[in-house]
Amino acid sequence: MSEAPNALLKLEDLAVHFPVGGGLLGGPRGVVHAVDGIDLELKHGECLGLVGESGCGKSTLALSILGLQAPTRGRVLLDGKAVDGAAGDRMARARTVQMVFQDPFSSLNPRQTVRRTLETPLRLHGVKAKSEVEDRIAEILGHVGLRPEHAERYPHEFSGGQRQRIGIARALILKPKIILLDEPVSALDVSIRAQIINLLLELKETLGLSYLMISHDLGVVEHMSDRVAVMYLGRIVETGDWKSIFTNPRHPYTKALIAAIPDPFGRAQGAKIFGEIPNPLDPPTGCGFHPRCPEARDICRRPPIPDLEDLGQGHSVRCRRVRELAA
Amino acid sequence: MKFGTNLMLGGALFAMVIIAGIFAPWLAHTDPVMAADLMYAEEPPGSAFWFGTDAQGRDIYSRVLYGARISLTVGIVSQLINTVIGVCLGLSAGYWGGWWDDFVNGLTNLMLAVPSLIFALAIMAILNPGLTSLLIALGLTNWSFTCRIARASALSLKSQGYVQAAKVLGYGDLRIMLTQLLPNMLGPIIVIGTLGMGGAVLAEATLSFLGLGIRPPFPSWGSMLSDAREQITTAPWISIFPGLAIFVTVLGLNLLGDGLRDILDPHSRSRRA
Repeated sequence: MSEAPNALLKLEDLAVHFPVGGGLLGGPRGVVHAVDGIDLELKHGECLGLVGESGCGKSTLALSILGLQAPTRGRVLLDGKAVDGAAGDRMARARTVQMVFQDPFSSLNPRQTVRRTLETPLRLHGVKAKSEVEDRIAEILGHVGLRPEHAERYPHEFSGGQRQRIGIARALILKPKIILLDEPVSALDVSIRAQIINLLLELKETLGLSYLMISHDLGVVEHMSDRVAVMYLGRIVETGDWKSIFTNPRHPYTKALIAAIPDPFGRAQGAKIFGEIPNPLDPPTGCGFHPRCPEARDICRRPPIPDLEDLGQGHSVRCRRVRELAA
Repeated sequence: MKFGTNLMLGGALFAMVIIAGIFAPWLAHTDPVMAADLMYAEEPPGSAFWFGTDAQGRDIYSRVLYGARISLTVGIVSQLINTVIGVCLGLSAGYWGGWWDDFVNGLTNLMLAVPSLIFALAIMAILNPGLTSLLIALGLTNWSFTCRIARASALSLKSQGYVQAAKVLGYGDLRIMLTQLLPNMLGPIIVIGTLGMGGAVLAEATLSFLGLGIRPPFPSWGSMLSDAREQITTAPWISIFPGLAIFVTVLGLNLLGDGLRDILDPHSRSRRA
């Protein structure tokens, strides 16, 4: 598909490399390619699920979108404008992108009341009139299903689900357009997850938000995402709308991920994969997935890295053998 | 030991010393400096002189009371200076990292390598003996532990979600350090500060004993001990009571520090529960 003009967030060839090792005088001994050339678009009102194992670079990607990690290469465009680390930029970025964190227990300052947590960002961003601050706090607490009197309480007085609601309220207080959801429900009790997921979906509609959801829980991704991008070793290996990814996965890695979803009816099919993500200091030649891929052939082991191949209808796969392998 | 015993006992001892210092003019029987009467030199403790008298015939009880003022001033003020220096350096080093962290670490290691009392002695030797120089000497030489603790706390706290969230919301570095990091590391800082206060009281006594602190005739426990050296066998009470005062103050502060740690450190609390 052609580049949509309404892309709210756009990543162009984004890469984040970390030099590791080396002492005071010796140069770095190696480079970790945590994120290595990501192109991604988030459209208005969309939920994009970013899936991958631990260590595939999802979190680093989130940090660089938020401006907490400078990219080595490439750019981040918000609303069509490239952003960098400048101070004024940071404030504008804060009003555009916010984040909901995974662990509701470490993501709230235990020494601050909910009011302080919500009020300080408002004041920092120029909302200073007392009545307006009050209104905004009451409004946002209403949105996330908390009562205004909850504002006077400290985080330890809330349950995990309520804390996550406070975390969502904090992310929404500046009225951003994009929310990064970093495993928003994986630290919660299963009984609470559905509530928070529904709350997030509801807020997306009422407030016109766009989500970039990072998760390894494919069940949640399937339920919430409009589009899905699968990441492996710092690169996107498959991307498409949720239906084509879940019903017609083309990359062996995606197939294996979907096969790994627990299925009470035993309908799961396809090969499971074993082993761990390779050492990013010494990535495999050719396709990064070949050491674990059940379909790997000699062609997969040869450099260069395969390109992301467009299969039509927004479905792209980074696999040399995609045409050979049955859908 | 039952929970809170340390805190109660330490608090009571420390409160006693504070009260003695504040109300010294009303509690004392005589003027600590001027009321010397050689007629009553080296009187043993009795009903007229509760703690006895020294070689100049001054009432030791009154001098010990006034001595509390100096010990407490030095202990509290110098430890406050240490805490402020240690927290500023440690917090910023842990949070910012990089060359500043290396620099602060180097400085801390340097301070830890030089015995702080020797360092204080050197400063006192350069400055003139007196209360102000004592505060400077002790306030600049004992911040390394506070600095270490503050740095370690900042390092572990800065990866917490709420610090990340504050960054994402556009908080400045200073605001993050003051509102997100500092309140969450106050517990150990207070404990170290309280324990350090005991150390500062001892250091003051040591410096005054060596003649580099408070100059006689002003009553500091250290200088009183120094004066009493020669009569330690003939009139032991002259050294026993100032020594006891130092002992009670330092014991009180250490117990208070331990007690505060039990309350402020959630790990030790859950271990007890």
